[in-house]
Amino acid sequence: MTNKKTSDGKRNFLSIFYEELSRSSLTIIVLSVISGFVMGGILVILTAPEVYKAFGTSFVSGLSTSWNIVAKTYSSLFLGAIGNPARIAEALGSGDRALILKAFTPFLESLVVTTPYLFTGVAVAMGFRAGLFNIGAEGQVLVGAIAAGWAGWSFTGLSPWIHVPLAMLIGALAGGLWGFVPGFLKVKTGAHEVITTIMMNYVAYYLIYYLIAAPLRDPNEVTPKTPWVLESAHLFRFFPDPIRFHFGFFIALMVAILAWYILFKTTWGYELRTVGLNPNASRYAGMNITVVTIAAMALSGAIAGMAGASEILGVTWRQSQALATGYGFDSIALALLAQNHPLGVILTALLFGFLRSGSRVMQLSAGTPVYIINILQAFIILFIAAPAIIRTIFRLKQPAAKEAPLPISLSEKKS
Amino acid sequence: MPPILELKGITKRFPGVLANDHINIKLEKGEILALLGENGAGKTTLMNILYGLYKPDEGEIFIDGKKVEITSPIDAIRSGIGMVHQHFMLIPVFTVTENVMLGEEYTKYGGFLDRKKAADRIREISELYKLNVNPDDLVENLPVGLQQRVEIIKLLFRNADILIMDEPTAVLTPQEVDELFNILKILVEQGKSIIFITHKLREVMECSDRIEVIRLGKVVGSTTPAEASPGKLATMMVGREVDLILEKNPCNLCETVLTVEKLSVRDTLNRTVVDGVSFELNGGEILGIAGVQGNGQTELVRALTGLRKPTSGKITLLGKDVSRSNPRRITELGTAHIPEDRQKDGLVLASPITENLVLNTYFHHPFSKGIVLQQLAINENATELIQKFDVRTPGISTLVHSLSGGNQQKVIIAREFSRPIKLLIASQPTRGLDVGSIEYIHDRILEKRDQGCAVLLVSTELDEIMQLADRIAVMFRGKILTIVKAGDVTKEELGLMMAGIIPTVHSEIVDSTKTRELVT
Repeated sequence: MTNKKTSDGKRNFLSIFYEELSRSSLTIIVLSVISGFVMGGILVILTAPEVYKAFGTSFVSGLSTSWNIVAKTYSSLFLGAIGNPARIAEALGSGDRALILKAFTPFLESLVVTTPYLFTGVAVAMGFRAGLFNIGAEGQVLVGAIAAGWAGWSFTGLSPWIHVPLAMLIGALAGGLWGFVPGFLKVKTGAHEVITTIMMNYVAYYLIYYLIAAPLRDPNEVTPKTPWVLESAHLFRFFPDPIRFHFGFFIALMVAILAWYILFKTTWGYELRTVGLNPNASRYAGMNITVVTIAAMALSGAIAGMAGASEILGVTWRQSQALATGYGFDSIALALLAQNHPLGVILTALLFGFLRSGSRVMQLSAGTPVYIINILQAFIILFIAAPAIIRTIFRLKQPAAKEAPLPISLSEKKS
Repeated sequence: MPPILELKGITKRFPGVLANDHINIKLEKGEILALLGENGAGKTTLMNILYGLYKPDEGEIFIDGKKVEITSPIDAIRSGIGMVHQHFMLIPVFTVTENVMLGEEYTKYGGFLDRKKAADRIREISELYKLNVNPDDLVENLPVGLQQRVEIIKLLFRNADILIMDEPTAVLTPQEVDELFNILKILVEQGKSIIFITHKLREVMECSDRIEVIRLGKVVGSTTPAEASPGKLATMMVGREVDLILEKNPCNLCETVLTVEKLSVRDTLNRTVVDGVSFELNGGEILGIAGVQGNGQTELVRALTGLRKPTSGKITLLGKDVSRSNPRRITELGTAHIPEDRQKDGLVLASPITENLVLNTYFHHPFSKGIVLQQLAINENATELIQKFDVRTPGISTLVHSLSGGNQQKVIIAREFSRPIKLLIASQPTRGLDVGSIEYIHDRILEKRDQGCAVLLVSTELDEIMQLADRIAVMFRGKILTIVKAGDVTKEELGLMMAGIIPTVHSEIVDSTKTRELVT
């Protein structure tokens, strides 16, 4: 009993938090998403000056203005993310290819935005499964992008069949290296990966500033920019401009499915999950925690690196100094929302991608700032995380009180 | 005169479970009432209600015939109820006085602590009840038995009349248990009343005036030690006949399986906690390692199973040197390990039973081909083992943390015993389990021994060691004091050895300068 207590006490906040978080049911997740939208709506009302003006004239007009502004915000969010259903139906009816493409453009653009979320979400989920909090996806995305880009413009005369995979691979390797370092430091020195991955983010930021400013700078440009990625390294785009929907989306889907397969269907994944859930028991079972930790961190970094690679090879074709992507941090939220299940990440990445993509139109047509989406995401996470945080604190503070009812509630009836 | 404490119709429900079902209990002034029941029977819940930690769903509490509401430990203390918890609530770096007065400080000159007045009071209490506690000692320097007395003084200091002792003997040597019982007798002679919670039959028979047996949240019988017998009590407690005496075949020795030579191990704080231990273990015998908790048994087992590297010495397993081997190699050579802390080391609580049952065989045929897990084979394995080892669970995919302690242990036993093994290292295999599970696990261990497996049994329960072991090694402060044949030694002698005192007759390896008596 004494040991049990200390073992619970020794476990850090994060691992207990994660365990509590994974107990949230699907209902809670769905309700959190809905509540997030409701809270976002309330916030839109509270921050709109028109509403206050309308309430000044009469209560009813205040209410109707509030309703109108929320309806406008969310409907334009929907239009921006998915498209106008009426126009889609009309275009399909007309059978005109150009019209159909135009109608589906918002939807396809949302998939483009979803792609990096998908990679980074799987990356962070993979780390979490091994008990590692990879906050470094941000940096891993950046080095993945620059490395893949470098491969994309330096190697000439390659067939796309070789050039694209090669560039993707180099991007993944760079991201993997960025994940390997914190994993290695954790195992060898005990440095916590939360600290080291954040530090690696800054190393990545400034390394790339330097690379773009000098060695990798395109000499023909006034502002610091890299050269263009060669045509042979472009990820295949399915439709003519301006639709940017590219093959990277399907690579991301395959990575998510592969990650699921590795995690749940192979001995590697079994070791990775066991180490994440109970390192003591994994040591007891003879698993090599050192190798698993380093490999998981490197793998997580590699997948995040592919996000950067797919962006530069599929969307931007070059890297400029507009750097802060934010994918690394959003991906933590969406991995948690998906309970670190790679297939769940597909759904949450779509949610986040569509919200982000739709928010641009929302800002233009409804005048609601895009930042409302950040707040909305924050609310969703808060609704899921807050109960788990409270349960975690309760468990950390009151191990004895928790133990008392447990032996009984676990008697044969229930189990 | 009304009873000093009466509980009427106490009922407490937890989600899905009735922990206490209309419990009626009376405690007369000046008696020791034993509350006997298996783990999970509802004893602790009941006492937590009495101590104000839980609120009962139904029922009333009377003290001296007056109805009281107890909603917090503060209320309980005000009503004269005190509790000695299983884990002591003491601050090691404080003196006895400081610990005792914590929360009930005497002050002088408007705010300064009056340690002297408190110490005098403690001395007074100590003399009155013959507790033999020096108020100026630091708690961390006191042996466990004395720490427990400090806990008792804390209650007496607050004028408690009703003392609740929750499994007070779990941490004590047999001698310390006897001393505790003497103290309890003195306490009741002086007019205190005691509720004594335990699942050990012997203690109930020895020290109580009355016995209430609780099973599945209900009082299933009241009796007195004069009327009851251990067998009858066990039957009441478990609800069916129980074999208290194990049938054991004579020992059939095979070749040497494990040789340990001058093994030394350090703990995480870099203290040498296993100090030059040597022994041999043969197939077909059980070597019991007895000793009070914390005398190096944990680290000895961790070194033998590869979880901790020894600082010096040699471990030979089936002719191979495994002193520096990793756990995987030792397991693969045919070692099974029932770890001391089953939840920390032995199980992945958040994983299903299926995965826990292949924790150290997942990479073998038929559970995987290459790196691909064969879920069908893993499921079949679980179905088979659950049936064979009688694990009570709704299904093979149930998460292990929702199983009871006994069933969790059966999952470990099933996993470890289903492999071909030559050596079984069982550390506290029955700690915290109910009588039924203990019986089952003991039978299985004996079965392995009869099949020619070498068994190293580490336990702090003397009864368990005495029942199962063929030879007994006593560990004290990191050394094996002596190894004796199980039949040649009495429980009292073993108890003395566990306290570091070697009776002259049976000693084999005695280094008298190194053995020190405990401070008691």
